[in-house]
Amino acid sequence: MLIVKIFVCIKQVPGVSEVKIDPKTNTLVREGIPSIINPHDKHAIELGISIRQKYSGEVIALSMGPPQAETALREALAMGADKAYLLTDRAFAGADTLATSHTLALGIKKLLRDLKKNEDYIVICGTQAIDGDTAQVGPELAEELNIPQITYVLKFELKENNKILVERAFRSDEVVIIETKLPALISVLKELNMPRNPGVKGIVNAYSKKQVISLSAEDLGADKSEIGLNGSQTEVWRIFVPQRKGKHIKLEGTIEEMSQELCNNLREDKII
Amino acid sequence: MSIIIDDELCTGCASCVANCPFGGIEIIDNIAVITEECTLCGACIDACPVEAITLEREEYIDKVDKTQYKGVWVIAEHYKGVIHKVAYQLLGRGRELANKLKVNLVLVLLGDRFDNLLKDFAEYGADEVIYIKSSLLKNYYSDLYVSMLAELIQERKPEIILIGATPTGRDFAPRIAKKLNAGLTADCTGLEIEEETGNLLQTRPTFGGNIMATIRTPTSRPQMATVRPGIFKAVKVSKKDIKVTKIVKDFEEKDSVTKIVKIIDKQKKKANLEDAEIIVSGGRGVGSKEKFKIVEELANVLGAELGGSRVTIELNWLDQDHQVGQTGKTVAPKLYIACGISGAIQHLVGMENSEIIVAINKDPNAPIFNVAHYGIVGDLHQVIPVLIEEIKKMKQEE
Repeated sequence: MLIVKIFVCIKQVPGVSEVKIDPKTNTLVREGIPSIINPHDKHAIELGISIRQKYSGEVIALSMGPPQAETALREALAMGADKAYLLTDRAFAGADTLATSHTLALGIKKLLRDLKKNEDYIVICGTQAIDGDTAQVGPELAEELNIPQITYVLKFELKENNKILVERAFRSDEVVIIETKLPALISVLKELNMPRNPGVKGIVNAYSKKQVISLSAEDLGADKSEIGLNGSQTEVWRIFVPQRKGKHIKLEGTIEEMSQELCNNLREDKII
Repeated sequence: MSIIIDDELCTGCASCVANCPFGGIEIIDNIAVITEECTLCGACIDACPVEAITLEREEYIDKVDKTQYKGVWVIAEHYKGVIHKVAYQLLGRGRELANKLKVNLVLVLLGDRFDNLLKDFAEYGADEVIYIKSSLLKNYYSDLYVSMLAELIQERKPEIILIGATPTGRDFAPRIAKKLNAGLTADCTGLEIEEETGNLLQTRPTFGGNIMATIRTPTSRPQMATVRPGIFKAVKVSKKDIKVTKIVKDFEEKDSVTKIVKIIDKQKKKANLEDAEIIVSGGRGVGSKEKFKIVEELANVLGAELGGSRVTIELNWLDQDHQVGQTGKTVAPKLYIACGISGAIQHLVGMENSEIIVAINKDPNAPIFNVAHYGIVGDLHQVIPVLIEEIKKMKQEE
């Protein structure tokens, strides 16, 4: 058996983990926020490249997103991914995790069509994206591809007969070593590795020698009722910025006075 | 589904523009216009002071016969023979949801050696417990959980399924959701029942945590939600009858696609934030890993656990197990001191139930002051050393 395709699913996210609120106007501050590859996904790309270097296969970066998500895929190419596919279409908009994982599964299935009988593949995801934090797309994708999943992976090793041996972090005080056979999907933790810097040559290659191939809903043969908003079971009903009312006391005076007052208050409250 | 702007009513005030998380609305010629970026989230609707914006939804057509789905389920997990406490917390909230819907609350447990414990779930509000017993289920097997639970759900058709948002819950819940094509919402901080429809309203922080989104599964069932430990409270009820359904399986390891090779206990001392009486936390304002020492010193003087906001973990100033907030731990100590933490919602949801909150921050407008009981506006590197001296003095006096 030969591992030939290493799929890495990535997401482009806003470059800050928190959308800022202007406290005076209580509105969102959007200006000047760059888009980046979801930090967890960089570790997935790194693992993909290291599998190729150590064993075999080609690293295929895959993302569903708007046209500008191409930048994230270029970055993956710069790091060393061999190919990149952007699943992009207005019809994908408004997708929840079920519709997103379906779209990614269609992309992977399309790219698996030329897989031969003695060839194998692996799918690698970051554990979660910093903008949505759901950690749902990986397991949902594994279910749709009907392959085993191992989430929260701390360590990874490819064994003989295309078995994989991984350490899964279940709890802060326990690690479970799990074995399964490829094909499989794993979602990785940041502790797994240190993503490489692309370097100048990598960046130049990503823009000159390699390309990002766009695939539309039609290219994927997607059923319109299974993608985007139509393919989603959940809907965002309301979005709001919560108003919070505190019973706050702002302490006044010098640092010494404020510290004393705080200590006195905490003593009166029987806290310390 | 589309956003409709009433040109007659729109005053071009741009409140909508400021409230849109995506840049999906612009003012052109003094009128709001929807752009390509719009995701139909509806944030602009509440923002509009003159009600010029409406969301036109397509008529809801049920994808399944929702009337067939009845009951609220909580799926428990366990570790070293002990039920994870989040199951009891979910029963607490689940009881209220079930009462509102006038349906049963069911606890589902997969494991072994829990026979004597089953009736105790009555004390936490469960009407029924379904126990899938197999010696192999002493440990967690992803695919066995998925196939057993999916089968059970298809057969018994609950309308709501609540699962702890632990690494285990977050492993099997999405896979079951996919198998059943069920809506799943992660890390809910609020769960309510919508009066007219009986839909579960699932509220969670989103976009990294400064905005709340309420999510529904309007046209299908079941509705699945994961909830972090510590969000809801376990509630003891006066003892009542409980129905026990036991399903015995003789699984062997070869029935699973994965094999557990070894389980390793990590003896490393970990932060125990959930049980701490006092937590001293630092945020971006601390400045660096080295500068965290002063925060740690304050924690030591108070005999407190050390916590941190999300960014301090992302920058590797602190280990993951110190993280307080939506993606970290939810805590409720007697005293929470936030140093250099601005107070993003994703952090606030993790600590706002603390009895007393003290905030030290340079920025007088930091949102953390809105939840703080005592606020000190100042540079934490100047304030904390003085505070440490004061506390030492006070302790000596006693």
